[in-house]
Amino acid sequence: MKFVDEFREPQLISRTADEIRRLAGSGRHYRFMEICGGHTHAIYRFGLKDLLPVNIELIHGPGCPVCVLPMGRIDDGLSLAQRPDVIFAAFGDMMRVPGTAGSPLEHKARGMDVRIVYSPSDALKLAKANPGRHVMFFAIGFETTAPSTALTLMRARAEGVQNFSVFCNHVTIIPAIRAILDSPDLRLDAFIGPGHVSTVIGCRPYEWIARDARKPIVISGFEPLDLLQSMVMLLRQLQAGEARVENQYKRVVPWEGNRAALRAMVEVFQLRPYFEWRGMGFISQSALRIRDTYALWDSEQRFQVPGVRVTDPQAAQCGEVLKGVLKPHQCRLFGRECTPEHPIGALMVSSEGSCAAFHNYEHRKAATANRLSPIA
Amino acid sequence: MKDDASAPHSAARIRFREPQIEMAHGAGGKASRKLVEGLFAPLLFGASAEPLGDAAQLCLNGARMAITTDSFVVKPLSFPGGSIGELAVNGTVNDLAVAGARAEALAVTYVLEAGLATTILEAEVRAMANAARRAGVRIAAGDTKVVEHGKADCMYITTTGVGSPIAGVNIDARSVRPGDRVLLSGPIGDHGITILLARGELDLEAELRSDTRSVLPLVEVLAGAAGPGIRWMRDPTRGGVATSLNELTRDCGLGLLLYEDKIPVRDAVRGACELLGLDPLHIANEGQFLAVVAPSHADRAITALRQAPGGEDARIIGEIREQPAGAVLATTPYGGSRIVDMLVGDPLPRIC
Repeated sequence: MKFVDEFREPQLISRTADEIRRLAGSGRHYRFMEICGGHTHAIYRFGLKDLLPVNIELIHGPGCPVCVLPMGRIDDGLSLAQRPDVIFAAFGDMMRVPGTAGSPLEHKARGMDVRIVYSPSDALKLAKANPGRHVMFFAIGFETTAPSTALTLMRARAEGVQNFSVFCNHVTIIPAIRAILDSPDLRLDAFIGPGHVSTVIGCRPYEWIARDARKPIVISGFEPLDLLQSMVMLLRQLQAGEARVENQYKRVVPWEGNRAALRAMVEVFQLRPYFEWRGMGFISQSALRIRDTYALWDSEQRFQVPGVRVTDPQAAQCGEVLKGVLKPHQCRLFGRECTPEHPIGALMVSSEGSCAAFHNYEHRKAATANRLSPIA
Repeated sequence: MKDDASAPHSAARIRFREPQIEMAHGAGGKASRKLVEGLFAPLLFGASAEPLGDAAQLCLNGARMAITTDSFVVKPLSFPGGSIGELAVNGTVNDLAVAGARAEALAVTYVLEAGLATTILEAEVRAMANAARRAGVRIAAGDTKVVEHGKADCMYITTTGVGSPIAGVNIDARSVRPGDRVLLSGPIGDHGITILLARGELDLEAELRSDTRSVLPLVEVLAGAAGPGIRWMRDPTRGGVATSLNELTRDCGLGLLLYEDKIPVRDAVRGACELLGLDPLHIANEGQFLAVVAPSHADRAITALRQAPGGEDARIIGEIREQPAGAVLATTPYGGSRIVDMLVGDPLPRIC
């Protein structure tokens, strides 16, 4: 398959891995954070850790929108959907995320009208096809998905679709990175920057990371070769004593971002003063709400929202794992109380969460290290 | 203490603790297994330590036979390459085949929703008759129930099959040994992705057909070429190849090394999976089977399969190892590796 296979080419991959080993040498320990959950998933799915020298450590960052969504928001969304006239629409990603009384999928099994949609505009289509019902789209995601929500709301208003609203949980990536860098217990050398988010926001918003925090950051694609090449670029910067924003994912990410998408976001959204992130607490100006000019299509303004706050169990150490202080398996609950079937903490919820990725792909692997070559 | 009548049951350990049944309990992955092992098996099968296979072996008056049953609920009822009637025959024939048995007779139960168009029912009954003729199995008994409109999704079909043993084949996960080879009969994911696309909820189209077919002819070819070397077989339906292989490693207590680049997957399936964030190893198949074969028989087995009609894409996709015990490890062509777990719940597309 073109566009995929060329970035999975074994010889190129092994040459790039050799280059990483050569650059990393053996003296120094490197700690890279991949911010984006898509990268975390790819690193595990392609077994990239096996190709890295032991002195390169990958810390999994906060860029999984499902993982950082507090449980109270899910409860709020589902409570609105208790009304018999409401259809609850969301991405497949949300369907297994547990609220206090179960996930959207479990609510569906008990009779709630829950639909999986593949884009916000599909949810709008659903509303038009069901004029007697109200379709609530439970919106999640970073700047990757926020523009399509914005465009859908613009269209809903232009077409005067009254039976449609968005329960907005869109968050923004930069404040989360700032919170990570402000954390006193964190030691990081560099960042692998998010790919899809940067398609929208471009590379400029990361410049302060290089300038003020003196950390190199390379915006990366999601294929094995993309990620390895990004690590080569980070190592070269570190060894030259530099800290710059570099764009490895040029085939998709323009330096200035996508202006049309940004304009749509500005038209529809404004920053919330603060928003709760699961595992990280309240972060100021880190999330989007729908502007009053679109109040009719904002579930939170249109309906009474209970505003539930649910704290994660004390024993769950999501925050420490999220900041890279603990590895997933070092959490007290990992693999025992907290599993992908019964997630307790946020990071076990989505397959992009570092705990779920570790559990699905890495857990139990240690026993076979170095015994992998197929029998001839 | 309770009275004697409940004695065997009170000894059973019910480990299933979920307050209610969720969709995932029917999806063929981990949750399904927990329900079967935690509730059905202890109450219905008592203390039997037999691994749960696709079909059960019975001995009646000295005659060995295999029995299995399966219910079919699929939406839409018909899709490119097949329909529910065809699935209902092939599915049960295949469950028997991978248990080392040739389907001899089927009993069929239809649960019909009031309001179902007769033309649709007739089409499905014809599809069953044709599939049965192709698979060489007799439909010997049947039953019909009709439920109120809205209480069933058009129609559900249950088929129960009995089969006679294929000579020289003995299927038992506990006979699997390190060094054994893992065979796959052909490309994976065709059925699951075809159904996903046929539901029309995605704006995606692809030239794909369900792979529904009887695998009995290929199983018989395999039995002829490698009969005594066959240790285990399974048709990877719901939950896909990943789930079947994980069940194998759990049942035999050994590890399985999967050569990821050797697994045949059509471009259309790969493309859809890449777009939707799905793993082809978790996607359902209705016309493929997996087999574990002793290394001494592996070459002959694969050669015979590839010469048989419909077996051209058969491959050796892995091998049994001591480690990681109870788990499946996939190797990538460039030296990385990952654990391949069972499917949890239904495969759901990832967007954000």
